[in-house]
Amino acid sequence: MIDPTAASVVPTTDPSTYLPAQPISGDLTDQLLQTDFWTDDMVAAAGIPIVDIPFVTIGGGIGSFVTVDYLRIAGVPTSQMRVLSTLDFPWQTYEYLTRVSQVPRPERIRSDSASRPDNIWGFPSYGFAEGVRHFDPKVLWGLLTEPIFADYYTPKAGNVFEQLEREAKRISYDEMLVKGLVRIVRRRYGGGYFTILTPPEGASATKRVAFRSQYVHLAVGYPGLKFLPELQRYRTENNDYRHIVNAYEAHEHVYERLVQTPSTVLVRGGGIVASRILQRLMDDREKHGAQTKIVHLFRTYIHGTNDGYGNEEDQRPGGGRTRVTMRRRGGDGWAYQGFNYPKSVWGGQLKAQVRNLEGEQRAELYKRMGGTNTPYRRSWQRQMKQGRREGWYSCVVGTVDEMRPSGERILNRVRTAQGVVPVEVDFVIDCTGLEADIAEHRLLKDLLDHGGASRNPVGRLNVDRTFELIGTQSGGGVMYASGATTLGGYFPGVDTFLGLQVAAQEIYGDLNKRGFCKRIGPVRSTVQWWKWLAGSAP
Amino acid sequence: MLPTLNGRIQTRIFMLVVFGGVITLVLTPVLPGDPDYRTTYLILAAVLVLGVLWELVYHAIQQLRWEKDWPTLFGLVTALNEGALLWLLLDLELVPGIDYPYDGVPFWAFFIDFSVIWLVVWVWTNGPMRVPFIRWRFFGGRII
Repeated sequence: MIDPTAASVVPTTDPSTYLPAQPISGDLTDQLLQTDFWTDDMVAAAGIPIVDIPFVTIGGGIGSFVTVDYLRIAGVPTSQMRVLSTLDFPWQTYEYLTRVSQVPRPERIRSDSASRPDNIWGFPSYGFAEGVRHFDPKVLWGLLTEPIFADYYTPKAGNVFEQLEREAKRISYDEMLVKGLVRIVRRRYGGGYFTILTPPEGASATKRVAFRSQYVHLAVGYPGLKFLPELQRYRTENNDYRHIVNAYEAHEHVYERLVQTPSTVLVRGGGIVASRILQRLMDDREKHGAQTKIVHLFRTYIHGTNDGYGNEEDQRPGGGRTRVTMRRRGGDGWAYQGFNYPKSVWGGQLKAQVRNLEGEQRAELYKRMGGTNTPYRRSWQRQMKQGRREGWYSCVVGTVDEMRPSGERILNRVRTAQGVVPVEVDFVIDCTGLEADIAEHRLLKDLLDHGGASRNPVGRLNVDRTFELIGTQSGGGVMYASGATTLGGYFPGVDTFLGLQVAAQEIYGDLNKRGFCKRIGPVRSTVQWWKWLAGSAP
Repeated sequence: MLPTLNGRIQTRIFMLVVFGGVITLVLTPVLPGDPDYRTTYLILAAVLVLGVLWELVYHAIQQLRWEKDWPTLFGLVTALNEGALLWLLLDLELVPGIDYPYDGVPFWAFFIDFSVIWLVVWVWTNGPMRVPFIRWRFFGGRII
């Protein structure tokens, strides 16, 4: 569900479904909440039942899924692991976010052919499988010549979900899934952790259940996505949630209105989401005769080679000159990049380089290779060119000083280099993707306050090269974290399919050293791959 | 591929020793012009030694790419420059250790052996290699 008044647009679990109708026993006490290390007796005294399980993963999205997938392949039985989650299946949040941001199942996501969360080997890649199964020479030719003579191959969202479903069945994912909301994780006196779960109403006789485990894995995803402050202010002050929407909330009504009534839309942002939203608007013009005019607001207009500090030719505070060896293509406002990081962060030079950097140096490289960007796709270029020629697509560069209602429309006062200009539109679609601070996530805040966790140079959770959450060790117990919350660590591309698998491999490796799972050497790996191919259990 | 310099060199050596070694063993007796094992293995060794030098060049070219990747197609077309240089050296009888026949090393024997090895290595590098070695692709092509 989405609470329209909240600053977050990511669907959150309604806490009321996890609160009992009548006060029942087994709740957290003040004593527990104030104590960093819990004894078994303290938990028992609070009346909270304890479940023993060696490994729990919290989140239950794709991050949890690829981690348990690795461990299942490394020989861990389902009885040794639990996935604590409010989600019914791992791709639930991902599918919601892609669908509303205009990537329904038949469309292609922005992900590499060999990043398959359902297959730890990335072989056969999505592209190879698609090209061979449907014998599509165009796909195979694209794979051979990308990115030189063809756009990068990217898989269809629907195919990704179907394959995840197949793998979830194969590894008996449902046997490990425990529904509920994780409230806190605390270190256990004597080693390991207590993870406190609030099960759905009626699922448990007590309000909370404690999972006592040696290992905990955190994969809770984005701490939250926020609206730009001026947009949020407008929405609440004018009680208008229809004309100003975030790309990550359901906003199909906007497209329906646009097909019926010629209108003007302001699109804000210069990343992949803005590209997808523009594609939808332009597709609706082509296919359904919509007469939409698009005003595209860039904060930073990229007009040539660039890096994370901006255009090569502009003032670059803190950035110095661009380097010949570190320059990205760009134009018409956009910075072009195949995927959300330069490709080699997932295995090549940049991965190796960042792994050896600390503190400010690491933050600097993150900045240099960062910056909002989108892939260069020939179909989008064609549509935008047509829009510029026919006058229905225009760009404005600047920031919004003020927004106010003007009849049925919205008047934006945009501060540009040439002064303040009024832009009156019917709808605003926010594609800026402002991310919330990790401390806005209750579980993460508790770990920072009571669990020994700390922040990395970029402000997210500080994890080691093995994805161990630094400072949270408890006796022989280890806590790991992967995904968006760990951005800024020794490995950059964390919040991606392949990034989650890189993390899962490191976590598996560390757990193997600790004796929790078998080693996936060449023989085991090959045997397991054949099992994957045949669809038989690991 | 997403190679580091170290990974490039390790992968090159691994692939040429394993696939180059086996393919040369099988192919030599049936190659046209009847070259002996000494000749074919010395040529394979020359591909390896020159290949390590070529990797330095490729690594330098890779620095000009923002993504720091090495596209699949590059792995295939580099057969042309490497093959041409090696044939030139063979034609000039500059590869040491070979007992050059009076009419030179048979071209088609070189061409077939070189092309088959290259194709097999290229295909293997772009997919199946990831099956036995799960760390290989995440560590820039390093094997150890």
